[in-house]
Amino acid sequence: MSDAVISAKPADKVETPFRRFVSEFAESKVALGALVVFIIIALLAIFAPWITPQNPYDLAELDIMDGRREPGTVGGAGFTYWLGTDDQGRDMLSGIIYGLRISLTVGAGSALIACLIGASLGLLAAYAGGRTDSVIMRLVDLQLSFPTILAALMILAFLGKGIMNVVIALVLVEWAYYARTVRGTALVERRREYIEAAQCLALPTHRVLFGHLLPNCLPPLIVVGTMQVARAIALEATLSFLGLGVPITEPSLGLLIANGYEYMLSGKYWISFYPGIALLITIVAINLVGDQLRDVLNPRLKK
Amino acid sequence: MTGKLRKLALAASTAIIGLSAQGAVAQSVTMAVAAPVTSLDPHYHQLSPNNAVADTIFDKLVNTDAKSNNLPGLALSWRAVEANVWEFKLRPNVRFHNGNPFTAEDVAFTLQRLPNVPNSPSSFAAYSRPIQAIEIVDPLTIRFRTAAPHPLMPLDMTNVRILDRETHQNATTEDFNAGRAAIGTGPYRVVSHRSGDRIEFERNDNYWGDRAAFQRVIYRMITNDAARTAALLAGDVEFIDQVPTSDLAKLRQDNRIALSETVGLRLIFLGLDHLRPANENSPFITDNDGKPLGRNPLQDVRVRRALSIAIDRKAIVDRVMEGAAVPAGQFLPEGVYTHVPGVTPPPFDPDGARRLLAEAGYPQGFRIQLNGPNDRYVNDARIIQAVGQMWTRIGVRTTVEAQPWTTFVGRAGRADFSAHLIGWGSNPDGSHPLRNILATQTREKGWGSSNRGRYSNPRLDALLDQSLVELDEAKRVQLVIEAQRIAAEDVAVIPLHIQTNIWGMRRHLAHDARNDELTRAQDVRPAAR
Amino acid sequence: MTVYLVRRVLQALLVVLAMSLIVFIGVYAIGDPVEILISPDADQIERERAVQALGLDLPLWQQYAVFLTKALQGDLGRSFVYNEPALKLILQRMPATLELAFGATIIALIIGLPLGLYAGLRPDGRVSRVIMAGSILGFSLPTFWVGLMLIMVFAVYLGWLPSTGRGDTGTLLGLQWSFLTWDGIRHMTMPAINLALFKISLVIRLTRAGVRETMLMDYVKFARAKGLSPARVTFVHVFKNILIPVVTVVGLELGSTIAFSVVTESVFAWPGMGKLIIDSINVLDRPVIVAYLMMIVLMFIAINLIVDLTYSMLDPRVRLESKGT
Repeated sequence: MSDAVISAKPADKVETPFRRFVSEFAESKVALGALVVFIIIALLAIFAPWITPQNPYDLAELDIMDGRREPGTVGGAGFTYWLGTDDQGRDMLSGIIYGLRISLTVGAGSALIACLIGASLGLLAAYAGGRTDSVIMRLVDLQLSFPTILAALMILAFLGKGIMNVVIALVLVEWAYYARTVRGTALVERRREYIEAAQCLALPTHRVLFGHLLPNCLPPLIVVGTMQVARAIALEATLSFLGLGVPITEPSLGLLIANGYEYMLSGKYWISFYPGIALLITIVAINLVGDQLRDVLNPRLKK
Repeated sequence: MTGKLRKLALAASTAIIGLSAQGAVAQSVTMAVAAPVTSLDPHYHQLSPNNAVADTIFDKLVNTDAKSNNLPGLALSWRAVEANVWEFKLRPNVRFHNGNPFTAEDVAFTLQRLPNVPNSPSSFAAYSRPIQAIEIVDPLTIRFRTAAPHPLMPLDMTNVRILDRETHQNATTEDFNAGRAAIGTGPYRVVSHRSGDRIEFERNDNYWGDRAAFQRVIYRMITNDAARTAALLAGDVEFIDQVPTSDLAKLRQDNRIALSETVGLRLIFLGLDHLRPANENSPFITDNDGKPLGRNPLQDVRVRRALSIAIDRKAIVDRVMEGAAVPAGQFLPEGVYTHVPGVTPPPFDPDGARRLLAEAGYPQGFRIQLNGPNDRYVNDARIIQAVGQMWTRIGVRTTVEAQPWTTFVGRAGRADFSAHLIGWGSNPDGSHPLRNILATQTREKGWGSSNRGRYSNPRLDALLDQSLVELDEAKRVQLVIEAQRIAAEDVAVIPLHIQTNIWGMRRHLAHDARNDELTRAQDVRPAAR
Repeated sequence: MTVYLVRRVLQALLVVLAMSLIVFIGVYAIGDPVEILISPDADQIERERAVQALGLDLPLWQQYAVFLTKALQGDLGRSFVYNEPALKLILQRMPATLELAFGATIIALIIGLPLGLYAGLRPDGRVSRVIMAGSILGFSLPTFWVGLMLIMVFAVYLGWLPSTGRGDTGTLLGLQWSFLTWDGIRHMTMPAINLALFKISLVIRLTRAGVRETMLMDYVKFARAKGLSPARVTFVHVFKNILIPVVTVVGLELGSTIAFSVVTESVFAWPGMGKLIIDSINVLDRPVIVAYLMMIVLMFIAINLIVDLTYSMLDPRVRLESKGT
């Protein structure tokens, strides 16, 4: 999608739905700006090992004697800690860039997988009705009332620590939100004429589901989706705060914040503050893009 | 608007603090502790926060001072009248909060109750188990007969809070929690108890010992470290325990705040895998390519010593603990009677460590995973990362995994790890860590139940065996010291540091810091002007 | 309709049963409660005694059978930690959590509705953009961090509000409530705001989206064409229409707030159910965890049932009976 936007010059070419989508998206300068910011963040995350002065995940490169240095100090390794260091002597700038990686993986990964599972089950529940619906919705009830912390602890006990296991824990918690949202919308949509028409044409179920029903459920799904990416990142931070998140030697933004949290009262603000700012910018960018997407995709807002 | 709010806030906060701002006439104090008290029943759950509160309400035959030395409590004196018989002379004219007199009957009742508290997840039964028969000589003299000589009897009695037979005969744990049965001989009586939130105490004006300083005490539980410090800074509470090390620097500079601190009895150490024999793999050790090593390097004392001297303990104490600990080479700190003289914290010597590794046949080192809890000890997850850095520098590439105590402790108990961080809060007698951590696991003797590395050394076991029946105190202490020396020389575990216990309070208060970590209302008083 | 309800109740029982089973297996997998609860210097004999006292020496399926038998008689077991009935412990802590959750919801509606309405009516205005950007803050910052910031600013530096705890309570219906005393309300303010942040964002976003869609509806256009005052159009026609989805979602959110205000309650030392459940999970106090989650799952089922009933009343096309067949 990012390539598409960059390559989209004001078109005097033939108008395809896709081109229209692109030009409508570009109508909002804010959204466009947010997209650029997001792309930069994504690039930073992808190329982290080549940009950062330190590999913050390699214990051999850290030195506790350089712990909690103020922003701007020159460390033992000879480079400047522009954003200071944390308690282990981890360069905050390097830590944040690497942390972006983890946070984006965890946030986007869990939201995407949860969305796929949740939306499919929600659609199925609404479309099939009857027993299928009951089973799926009771599963949703069960899931919604199951505390994230307990789920995370159980996964930790079964699978051990690791970034993928945090993603699994978050998916386990999040899919229910998507399922509930999609089912609600789909219940209304499936009674509409176009679905009945599709059914009369005896189209296969999967085509009715994914070709006709799903697109019309997209707007609320995108709202929930972009919010859930943010929520997943914040939730991961909370899990890390409770000691159930990503491994301590591979901190995400959330874990960096949680680590620095204890130093807030003592004035060593940078350990928690800068990762917080990075997290904030990332999430704001994702949401501004998401908001614009939703507006563009929402058929009911068409004038 | 803001002015008005401010005034209201001021009025309210003075109401909370009471008259304490005027120091000398202070009538009440609000304290906040980190660990929740789970029960007011003194025999239900052996847990530090419960014991601290129990010490406020109840007394023991043998009390302890701030340095954990034995003091006459409800017993004035004690001695072994025969090899197998201990006699305690009881304090006369002591009354329970409800006016009932204290006699030898109550002591006998208490000891019988210990093993019989229903559903107790961690009972005090171990302290009455050596006693085979109880003999009441007169209302103020009681004798305990044991199967074998039991030199630790007075020490055992420092753990047993005495109840009133008449009051507590049918009292359930719920009665205690509701406050109805929380009646002892101690310096404070319970006014109300909101489980997990707060306990309110009122001074027992008829207390036999030193009168407590405050008429009323509000004892709150604030588990979140930052919130507890914030509550102290905001003046909502006047006294907190377990001051987070990250806040120490700031609090030391704050002229509204005073700190009281003392070196404690809790050693933080690394347990090593002694279970897998030398020719088998240890679960989290591989060669540098991640392949099985085919042997357990931790069985070689040179490797253990290398890992120990690779650690810069002073750096950990200064940088990670922010000074709130002392480097250690053994379980007990200097000044305690079973401290091993001459065993100092191993000096930091990375070159020596590399040499030892090479001598042991690992010139290129190996890979190891260091496990630890992340919610149990002060800065636990930070310490294992720091150790990981230091081991990696001598060629032992270390990965570090921290997990919540809930999932950690079970695995540690099954000896699942190659190396793990753990702590031990000792009583001042070296036999305590010896029995529980260093002695060979033996069910019949009750030894080694926390020996998570499965260390086993017949010489140490023999000395411990002797010490446990040695009634001559000087000889016994010598045996305990010798056994500990063996463990230190053999690097049975890698001691890191002994924690400093730190309390924080508003300037108008003073406190006697205890090395057993207990936060007791009677230890707080107005500061001298 | 009756058939439908009966079916739902039966399903609810199944779900509760499933929940208890999952928790039993889950807790068993996580660890051994005795290892966590027992004093570290307890010897092997004492450990075995404790395992027995808590009934953990039986095979897991037998433990579950014992639990079910007792549960059928209304006894959900005693807490390993407090030695009190699990249900009693939970009910004791419930008022504190309920009033916090309701307080947060009310704050969310009071702040979120007007802002969302404004942002929806003037979607391209400068103020609206600020509101929308600000609403993102509400769910992007971790709760524990915001909580501490609130304490630092309002309790430590400004001294306006008490930092933690519940304060004085008044008695109503035999229960202790904070909102009955001034001191209690002051103690409740910060945690309630902390808990409300996410909800404020949610309400703003839902309201704005709803307003934007509704404003383009034919009946609104018609009302405006008829010459009704903008205020009347906004508050009568638009507002009425968007309130339903907002209230639905907020209602659902209320459920999760009641169930899991864990972080807020820990940071503010608020003695509610959230704190009880996290403490219980930390020491694997299984009876409390099981009882609590069984109760929560019932609550969610009830809330979802109400939502389904509301849907069917609002939109006759969603017929309840259709799901029965």
